[in-house]
Amino acid sequence: MAQEKQYIVSTSPHAHSGASVHRIMLDVIIALLPAVAASVYFFGWQALRITAVCIISSLAIEAISRKMMGRNLGIGDLSAVVTGLLLALNLPPSLPSWMAIVGCIFAIGIAKQLFGGIGYNPFNPALVGRVALLVAFPVAMTKWNDALNPDRWSGLAWAVDATTTATPLGAVKTALSNTGVIPTDLLMSSKSMINYMLGDMSGSVGEVSAIALIIGGIYLLWRKCISWHIPVAFIGTVAIFAGILHAVNSDTNMPISFHLLSGGLMLGAIFMATDMVTSPITKKGMLVFGVGCGLLTMLIRRWGGYPEGVSFSILLMNAVTPLINRATHPRIFGHVAKKAKTGVNDK
Amino acid sequence: MTTAILITAFTIGIIGLVCGIILSVSAKFLAVKEDPRIGEVEELLPSANCGGCGYAGCADYAKAIIVDGAPINLCSPGGADTLAALGKYTGQEAVAGEKMVAVVMCGGDNTKASKKFQYNGIVDCAAAASVAGGDKTCSYGCLGYGSCVRVCPADAIEIVNGIAVVHPELCISCGACVAACPRDIITMTPASETIHVFCNSKDKGPIVKKACEVGCIGCRMCVKLGGETFVMDGFLAKRDYSIEVADEIIVEKCPGKCIVNTKQSKTTGESV
Amino acid sequence: MNIVKALFKSQGGIHPKYNKELSRDKKIETMPIAPLLKVSMSQHLGAPAKPLVKKGDLVLRGQQIGEAAGFISANVHAPTSGTVKAVAEAPTAIGAKIPAIEIEPDGEDKWIDGISGIQDWKNADNKELIAKIAEAGISGMGGAGFPTHVKLSPPPNKPIDTLIINGAECEPYLTADHRLMVEHAAEIRTGIEIIRKILSVKTVRIAIESNKPESIEAMNKALADIDGDVEIAVLKTEYPQGAEKQQIFAITGKEVPSAGLPMDVGCVVENVGTTLAIQDAIINGKPVTERVTTVTGNPVTSPKNVLVRLGTSYTDLLEFCGSTKNDVAKIISGGPMMGFAQPNLDVCTTKTTSGLLFLAPKEVYNYESMPCISCGRCVEACPMNLMPSELSFMLEAEEFAEAQELNVMDCIECGCCSFSCPAHRPLVQHMKQGKAWVMLQRRKKQ
Ligand code: SF4
Ligand code: SF4
Repeated sequence: MAQEKQYIVSTSPHAHSGASVHRIMLDVIIALLPAVAASVYFFGWQALRITAVCIISSLAIEAISRKMMGRNLGIGDLSAVVTGLLLALNLPPSLPSWMAIVGCIFAIGIAKQLFGGIGYNPFNPALVGRVALLVAFPVAMTKWNDALNPDRWSGLAWAVDATTTATPLGAVKTALSNTGVIPTDLLMSSKSMINYMLGDMSGSVGEVSAIALIIGGIYLLWRKCISWHIPVAFIGTVAIFAGILHAVNSDTNMPISFHLLSGGLMLGAIFMATDMVTSPITKKGMLVFGVGCGLLTMLIRRWGGYPEGVSFSILLMNAVTPLINRATHPRIFGHVAKKAKTGVNDK
Repeated sequence: MTTAILITAFTIGIIGLVCGIILSVSAKFLAVKEDPRIGEVEELLPSANCGGCGYAGCADYAKAIIVDGAPINLCSPGGADTLAALGKYTGQEAVAGEKMVAVVMCGGDNTKASKKFQYNGIVDCAAAASVAGGDKTCSYGCLGYGSCVRVCPADAIEIVNGIAVVHPELCISCGACVAACPRDIITMTPASETIHVFCNSKDKGPIVKKACEVGCIGCRMCVKLGGETFVMDGFLAKRDYSIEVADEIIVEKCPGKCIVNTKQSKTTGESV
Repeated sequence: MNIVKALFKSQGGIHPKYNKELSRDKKIETMPIAPLLKVSMSQHLGAPAKPLVKKGDLVLRGQQIGEAAGFISANVHAPTSGTVKAVAEAPTAIGAKIPAIEIEPDGEDKWIDGISGIQDWKNADNKELIAKIAEAGISGMGGAGFPTHVKLSPPPNKPIDTLIINGAECEPYLTADHRLMVEHAAEIRTGIEIIRKILSVKTVRIAIESNKPESIEAMNKALADIDGDVEIAVLKTEYPQGAEKQQIFAITGKEVPSAGLPMDVGCVVENVGTTLAIQDAIINGKPVTERVTTVTGNPVTSPKNVLVRLGTSYTDLLEFCGSTKNDVAKIISGGPMMGFAQPNLDVCTTKTTSGLLFLAPKEVYNYESMPCISCGRCVEACPMNLMPSELSFMLEAEEFAEAQELNVMDCIECGCCSFSCPAHRPLVQHMKQGKAWVMLQRRKKQ
């Protein structure tokens, strides 16, 4: 049949803010660039290698699994890049590439696509990847490089494991269990504090430089990709909890600054816990979520078997996110409490 | 490490055990007494739970057979086997009802029917129909957004070139699609019948003609030629399936080209 | 008379591009009568009116041609003098087909005899005034079209203490109300005084968004010497500050209860256009036969604020404003946030036509139904504090009863959620479907 010119008809509204999933993911990537740059500076080739491997394999796995599951959405929404990048930032720089790929398979193939793809995954894919690797390869996953190792640019040090050390948190925890007190030389001097801020310490690819992560966080806040609720509640809870412990017994408890800066807290609180899909929608829920993450992190760090608890705590809170959402529904406009409704609220 | 794992496994095992005991005990005590025959009849049904029999599911139908003495030939997915088994069980005579299949009474696919506008929104017929009256120029035709496809338990419906088409050999006559269609286009018809009026438009001829190449223009030709087989409902011809089509000449004569014998038109895409 | 800032800030809301500069400074122009007028019997919310004339009848301007059918309905009058060509179904802006009276104007535009106002309205009986308003067929001219005489007769158990005159015009693009305030402030003032008398309220607030300094000034001038508690309340420029419930909250801090009406919190809200129509009916005795509407959008060659007769087709309306340069992809009756997209220009102007908007292809965005990424932007934007993400998820799965539990009926269809959604989900369409389902259940129960 001959067709006349057809206009587009849809329900209202006919205007849009212009926001898109693609743009949000791009913003997260931009926000992560300082952290990536810092890690490359501190760990050299290794950091670059892990990052590249994770991003490329994530994209590939995303494409393959989408095809397999017959989802026709392209990989253009960049969410796979974000997942790959975040996973890389959570891995030790010296991890063999093939293990990183296995991590990506867990992250994208299982944690994300098996649950229905973007929007449906209950757990943060990057963290699932990381925890899966931690369980599967506990040795490789806890082998840390020294930052600023002089060899970091020598040759293409793909598989060379440079001098390995423990992370600051790990070192303290080991010393603590051996001697019962925190060795004073590991405690924060003002010099080491600055080092920790900048990232001059051992740790996973992306967690070391608090400054770079905070810069990224500020960018995300400015772009309204995250709200302050989760990071502030998370970090605040850790600070208060650590402060109380330290005040009670400073021999066996690390100072606040050490807790805040020496582990994966900044990365976790700013980038991992704020993942939109797996964190609560309501503001109140975000606060609950942040506080929960903070409490669990401190419980694990202080009393648990692992020196670090950020990943586990976020994953555990992911599991209760639907509950938190349900419990924190905002009060709907016009659903006034009985009292206010009957009482004439004239002033 | 190993002890931790053991402890965890043990704890979870205990919890599972306790829950299991509670469940089985409560199942014993809270069980509703039911005629055991209902369960047995249910066993004979295919558990498709399609609702085609008019009951809420196989269990409900089984209950109806035992308690209310409902006819035993209502289950179409089960076919002859189920009927025979039911007949044997109840001692009733197993007389098969005629198999019914769903037919989408619209032939206005994208090549034949025009559209008023480009719809953008939820891919669902009811949703599309509520936006400016649906994008099809004809306000009676199949919208092709597949609400029926999604409810069909047998995957018997396909969208072909913008309209829904039922594959009769797959249809289990549950009627889910009939209920899902916001335009009431889908009709249950006897499976043996292959001549239908593929139009649902009650509009007058000129309006129909503007909207679609294969619409019923209400010319009454079929009524004249086919006698009682066709009846007029306003400006729309309908088949009376209780009377067989005596002369297939009408298929060729229909000026609106909307009376089609699905047996012969395998290639035209109207139906299979 | 004071100009004050609105005290309260309702939750949610968005800041779309307003694009009002296209027509903001264009004086209202009177459009010549079109060669054929199709006056729909559904010009308002509620039951369509009953046609009173038949083919071949001669009608005069202001002659009643449709009679209110039921309590919530409104009279319809001939917009000009001429011959009735047909009484036939015609499409309305929402896509329904409703009987319309086609009038071929005779060009004389002769008023019906006996048009007279109530000059001494100050001492007139309220019943008489309300009857006059009902007779004139006035219904809300902001967009919803609620019959005004019903609004002005609240039951005795609902005392009214505040009258709000809605000049917010928060919909992007539209400027008709703005122009009315700038050019007809004095008449609007009289309208306000009439409504104030009918409702015998003391407190009057004129709500105008802060992005309309000219309207504020014009109204301020016109109202300078008015007695009593009358204030211009300047609202923050934010969509949807013009929505009744949000506006009442912004000004009084009171929340209209769920499923309730403004009168439940002692308020009546009237749009400035309606206020003007009331003035016209009482002072001049004229029923509604025309309205001011904004024809706008980037593709329109000369966007205008047009005084147009009811029943003028959108085609004629556009012609009066030039034509459309380059491509048009979407035509909207009303504003971009709550207006209705049109398949063509066949629909005719009614009392609720607040604007006619044309969008170019690149201004149209597509709904895509990507999965929700739980970003929470819709929750933040919803002025009713609903959880659109969750509701749409349920409604997508056709869990209507659950959505009803979660108060889908409280949705005002403002569109803030869809506007904000990065996944381009058709949230409002889901809400509409959910609400339609609930309404259907209610009707079934009756
Ligand atoms: S359309 Fe409804 S759900 Fe969406 S923001 Fe407006 S009131 Fe909230
Ligand atoms: S704005 Fe869209 S993507 Fe974000 S929570 Fe709401 S529905 Fe989901």
